[in-house]
Amino acid sequence: MLTKRIIPCLDVKDGRVVKGVSFLNLRDAGDPVEAAVVYDREGADELCFLDITASHENRKTILDVVERTAARVFMPVTVGGGVRTLDDVRNLLNAGADKVSINTAAVERPEFVKEAAQRFGTQCIVVAIDAKRAADADRWDVFTHGGRRSTGLDVMDWAKRMEGYGAGEILLTSMDQDGRQSGYDLALTAAVSERVSIPVIASGGVGTLDHLYDGFVKGKADAVLAASIFHFRTYTIPQAKAYLKERGIPVRRASVEQAV
Amino acid sequence: MIAIIDYGMGNLRSVSKAFEAVGHQAVVTRDARVIGNASHVVLPGVGAFGDCMANIEQYGLVEPIRASIQSGKPFLGICLGLQLLFTESEEFGPHKGLDIISGKVRRFAAGSALKVPHIGWNQVHHQRACPLLDGIADGAEWYFVHSYFVDPGDQHVAATTTTYGMPFVSSVWKDNIVACQFHPEKSQAVGLQLIKNFGAWKG
Repeated sequence: MLTKRIIPCLDVKDGRVVKGVSFLNLRDAGDPVEAAVVYDREGADELCFLDITASHENRKTILDVVERTAARVFMPVTVGGGVRTLDDVRNLLNAGADKVSINTAAVERPEFVKEAAQRFGTQCIVVAIDAKRAADADRWDVFTHGGRRSTGLDVMDWAKRMEGYGAGEILLTSMDQDGRQSGYDLALTAAVSERVSIPVIASGGVGTLDHLYDGFVKGKADAVLAASIFHFRTYTIPQAKAYLKERGIPVRRASVEQAV
Repeated sequence: MIAIIDYGMGNLRSVSKAFEAVGHQAVVTRDARVIGNASHVVLPGVGAFGDCMANIEQYGLVEPIRASIQSGKPFLGICLGLQLLFTESEEFGPHKGLDIISGKVRRFAAGSALKVPHIGWNQVHHQRACPLLDGIADGAEWYFVHSYFVDPGDQHVAATTTTYGMPFVSSVWKDNIVACQFHPEKSQAVGLQLIKNFGAWKG
């Protein structure tokens, strides 16, 4: 049976973890690779790096992070943030990323998603959607620029269109819930998950392990992404997996238990 | 020396680093002589079947791949490197494959109950005592990321099966060829064990 994925996400700026992580005994708590090694050891199912580097000159720093990660951990890595050209995609994949996540560039030029999927395969193209609930109606709009800019696109239509263009997965972040630690937007997640036949990753708002459970059961997500609860050691990955397993969610056992 | 065939389709760093991590020397190459002199050959790959096959032809790699398989040296295909060994694929196709193993590459039937691509960690059930699975538990979870699966003409080539909507062949073993749909270079400890086994295998 396909197990449900738990994905810790690290925000990376100029090659460094933003806000830091609270892991003990790290030689360098600001190095995303050190955090990746901890998550690998704990049995995270996948890693996500979100590059928020602003300046163009420093864009190459993420490639160095991905290269160093690929030399240390042997698990799936998704990289998002500033992916705008086929060369960006190729460079990240060559550095060792398995999937790239495309956000603003997809809104600005949807054909880019089609081109990337045709060139590199649907399986490595993730479309990230930042969604905000409309004030006046029961629907969600697609936003860019960290939730500051409305695109006028309806999330359901956009998700379906991106699936048609070759997106292999949707990374769905609720801008209303992000940072609030009160749980995912479950109505949003379930609506998108039922609308498309590609996997949906729930993101934005996790504060407790119950929120992860709800993401799978009520949100019908295929994977859940969280940042601060793992970085600040509110919970560890093994704690999250034990909690979910007890409640009947199929999760992967730690890799070390699988040797004979 | 292990040769990892580079036909311009990414993800080679993870494969070569995985070999290094378990103490095997590996070189990423598209040089026919290097492939010819290698003790072991790996055909990795992500991407679209047709593009990959076109690249393999463009770089003149069809013959080196055939020759290394015929020579009897251990050969490992990963993901698309499994699919390319088959007769043909229906991905944006049909496209002809290398036809080293008879059979077709088909797409999962997507629906609201079955998300495609098949992404994540799924159980791999051993069908035979394949030497590359030594030290790895039957039913262990491996990392998959694919929309297409192989459907061999002779089901006896299956080394493992996995269920996603229906059972499919998740790896094959035929003489000196082992090829898997899952990604050993991304499957943490079980994956590194397979990589280690391959490097020690005599074919």
